[in-house]
Amino acid sequence: MCLAIPMRIAAIADGMADIELGGLTQRTSLLLLPDAKVGDYVLVHAGCAITVLDQVEAQERLAMFAELTADDDEPGAGDE
Amino acid sequence: MSDRILIGHGSGGRLYRDLVHDVFLARFSNPELDRLEDAAELRLGGRFAGGGEGRPGGDPGAGAGSSRPRLAFTTDSHVVRPLRYPGGDIGRLAVAGTVNDLATAAARPLALAAAFIIEEGLPLAELEWFTDSMAATAREAGVDIVTGDTKVVERGLADGLYITTTGVGEVIVEHEVSARAARCGDVLLLSGSVGDHSAAVLAARGEFSLQIDVRSDCAPLWSLTEAALSAGGEAVRFLRDATRGGLTTVLCELAESSDLGIAVEEEAIPVTPPVRAVCELLGYDPLTLANEGKMVLAVGPERADEVLAALRAHPLGRQAARIGELVTDHPRRVALRTAFGTRRVLDMPVGELLPRIC
Amino acid sequence: MSEPRGAGRAGGAEDVRAVAVELATAAGGRTLSYMEVCGTHTMAIARHGLRQLLPDGVRLVSGPGCPVCVTAIGDLDRAVAYARLPEVTLATFGDLVRVPASRTTLAEERAAGADVKVVYSALDAVDLAVAVPEREVVFIGIGFETTAPTVAAALIAARDRDVRNFSILSLHKTMPAPLRALLEAGETPLDGFILPGHVSVITGPEAFSFLPAEYGVGGVVAGFEPDDVLGALLALARQKAAAIENGYVRAVHPHGNAVARQVMDEVFVPCDARWRGLGEIAGSGLALAPAFAAFDAQERFTVDPGEPLEPAGCRCGEVLRGLIDPSDCGLFGRRCTPQTPIGACMVSSEGACAAHFRFRDLV
Repeated sequence: MCLAIPMRIAAIADGMADIELGGLTQRTSLLLLPDAKVGDYVLVHAGCAITVLDQVEAQERLAMFAELTADDDEPGAGDE
Repeated sequence: MSDRILIGHGSGGRLYRDLVHDVFLARFSNPELDRLEDAAELRLGGRFAGGGEGRPGGDPGAGAGSSRPRLAFTTDSHVVRPLRYPGGDIGRLAVAGTVNDLATAAARPLALAAAFIIEEGLPLAELEWFTDSMAATAREAGVDIVTGDTKVVERGLADGLYITTTGVGEVIVEHEVSARAARCGDVLLLSGSVGDHSAAVLAARGEFSLQIDVRSDCAPLWSLTEAALSAGGEAVRFLRDATRGGLTTVLCELAESSDLGIAVEEEAIPVTPPVRAVCELLGYDPLTLANEGKMVLAVGPERADEVLAALRAHPLGRQAARIGELVTDHPRRVALRTAFGTRRVLDMPVGELLPRIC
Repeated sequence: MSEPRGAGRAGGAEDVRAVAVELATAAGGRTLSYMEVCGTHTMAIARHGLRQLLPDGVRLVSGPGCPVCVTAIGDLDRAVAYARLPEVTLATFGDLVRVPASRTTLAEERAAGADVKVVYSALDAVDLAVAVPEREVVFIGIGFETTAPTVAAALIAARDRDVRNFSILSLHKTMPAPLRALLEAGETPLDGFILPGHVSVITGPEAFSFLPAEYGVGGVVAGFEPDDVLGALLALARQKAAAIENGYVRAVHPHGNAVARQVMDEVFVPCDARWRGLGEIAGSGLALAPAFAAFDAQERFTVDPGEPLEPAGCRCGEVLRGLIDPSDCGLFGRRCTPQTPIGACMVSSEGACAAHFRFRDLV
């Protein structure tokens, strides 16, 4: 029972965080993760942040969600 | 089968298909309806076309005995909630949806009828806003709304506004364009990224505390389709716009109706980052999310590159991609190949789209 | 507007294939059976076709890791009974809407007039209760240690906001107990476990240390990307002595999430629970602590769910215990399909049967 997705904390107010990923923003509760800080990458499950992810690894894994990537020329494979 | 209508019956997947077969086809059956294409083909002079026989429509002014225009005829109801969302609204949807169904028959839209069921209490300014949108979309598609009807129902019914549009178009090709016309070896093209419409509607509903930087792809696709037909000619054998039930439903229907197998490459299917993020968060599959401005084409391999180039040259087809092909293996089944070379079957979604946390 | 990328997981394809090769080497032709016990692992494995990358002899079995699949039919009947109360708005995760109870599903009840609302979180269910003070909102709590703390947080919020029209039916269960039950029963020969990644985020990997200590069986905590799962199998195949390893270090800290556990312990107490397919397991469930009894739907409402009916021929229990493959069940693919599911293992998209259905022969 574990669908959880890594997202970055953009802002915190009143125990709630605005978290983002790839153009998506969501409000999430920090009740289970009160020490989380802005800029942390967290896992979110059913409306709560449950853990802080290792920063470097999270960024690597999230590279695919980045808006601009290195090999962003021809959209779609389509030629094999 | 349940003894009541469920939300899932309207979701475009397997439940919906069964309802069509068990209730509507069982009672209304006729050769044209039984083809289950998105638009019916009509022939002037009193007989239905059925399966591609008869003369092509080249010269509408000709006398009896020579070619008569082939007409396509379709209808669609629009019940979207909320009525407005980033990139679209019910008015634009009502026009584009029917224009697109005609486009799947390779038909230039000739005329639309629009019937409105309006909930008592809808602000007049809202109705004006939506009809402005319909007019603009109709101009974009080069078609007129020539007749219509209006009913008002009591407060509490109709979610504000329901619109049903019916369209007539002229088939501009001489060959058959349908699932049954598709052949083994045909290349599958997709005109752009999938899931944007669903994501935009979800964002507009304000559920799940989500804000998503995405716009619905809702758009009339006739000019894009015409460009593809010009480039591909008789090699364009199948057209279907991916709506409810997503890309997966189109592929499953094509496989079943053509009796061929389909092989697609997961990596080749364009999905924008916000749509991917929403899918990861809520447990959706982007391939089953609704679209309102994407066309799937099956094109003979000899013309596939030209058609793809024509799609990409069009503003609505910039992200067009080659996603797979029709094969003799696993007839009536769709197989998706992952980035790791493994395969999984794509099944038609069963019914209602439900977010998961598991 | 951001540029679209391919629908799949291009990043890491090379890595995944490399790990698959190393796994074949490490397995060295041995016959090995590993069990995963997390519905999201079942899903990830199916989605990426990972079984096709396993060497001959390495078998990956799905265990009782899907909370929907292990919910007893009688409990589903109770949820239906609440939904039928005219004053009740039943709030549920989407996962439960199509699950067959003894005689119906929540989707069918909704079509028949019941007020059933899908929520993304228990906190949203509390907000719903605040928004409709004239209704009684009953939230169905399913899930293991990943979800239970989020529901606990919602109940604390409900208490702090003095929300009077909110209650829950707790069907929550905890993870170590069923693994113990499986190993005690000794029916399924297992060489190791792929341990649930997000349950471990909360509990910490050491919650599973009894596996090597008492049963000589190892476990590796795994994330959900393809290279995570294959990496965990590789680590298991390489273990000389049974041990618990953390293969999901980027998310799982050695001591888990203590705050989440505290929140969970404030609101819930262990109780006995009935698991579909495994029967009653002592101390494996979570009930509301006395301080939160006011939020217990079982205290607030009296309903008669009727006698639970196990569908004839359904072998979900044996599937959940890893004793049979889904295709060994006579109903599989015939009367029981994702479209017409008979058992929970088929209706849940993470159930072993639903996942297996996607793999049925392509020819």
